[in-house]
Amino acid sequence: MTLKISQAHIDAMLAQSRAEYPDEACGVILGPIGKDHAMRLKPMINAAHSPTFYEFDPKDLLSLYREIDENDEEIVVIYHSHTETEAYPSRTDIAYAGEPGAHYVLISTREEIAPATEFRSYRIIDGVVTEEEVSISE
Amino acid sequence: MTTAIEVRIPTILRPFTKEQKVVAASGETLSAVIADLDVQYPGISERLLENGALRRFINLYVNDEDVRFLGGLDAPVKSGDSITILPAVAGG
Repeated sequence: MTLKISQAHIDAMLAQSRAEYPDEACGVILGPIGKDHAMRLKPMINAAHSPTFYEFDPKDLLSLYREIDENDEEIVVIYHSHTETEAYPSRTDIAYAGEPGAHYVLISTREEIAPATEFRSYRIIDGVVTEEEVSISE
Repeated sequence: MTTAIEVRIPTILRPFTKEQKVVAASGETLSAVIADLDVQYPGISERLLENGALRRFINLYVNDEDVRFLGGLDAPVKSGDSITILPAVAGG
């Protein structure tokens, strides 16, 4: 499996992660149903405002689903940043992964690799994490 | 008197409902509706409840209101209401 994504989207997610540091940044990329096409980036508020946890406020979550229903879209990517640890899904990330069809993107902005950042993508299905290739289009 | 309640099912729970996105259930409280769902789609309540309480990772809404503000499992429901189930998007 592969995540196909544009450089512009990657740049936007990295910029958001840096801007929201030291809190975890989060959001989604949406696309037309059934196409696995990451088209529309939508940063979301981390209602936890925490360096170690993120969550979409339940009201924001409902609004998001109503919006994608209206637009015949689906969630293609769910992304968030790890501020001090590597860009690998934590036990919490795995426990909460409730969208079996989504690509889970992790971004790490940890000090020890700064100014470099890590960007990796995974499928998380039934508690199993599988890393996938990231294919970048311009 | 049976009540007709629409329940919107998230992708992750559709294996229980034979891929149906919207199903019908009855009950006068959220708890009763979940019990009814489990009769129709065995095993689904275990994904929603743990030790008799709503699981943390699942959000439920009655007519777009988070049930946490409506009394949780005791939230009253009536015919014509719509319940939406959404897995939380969260992590650490």
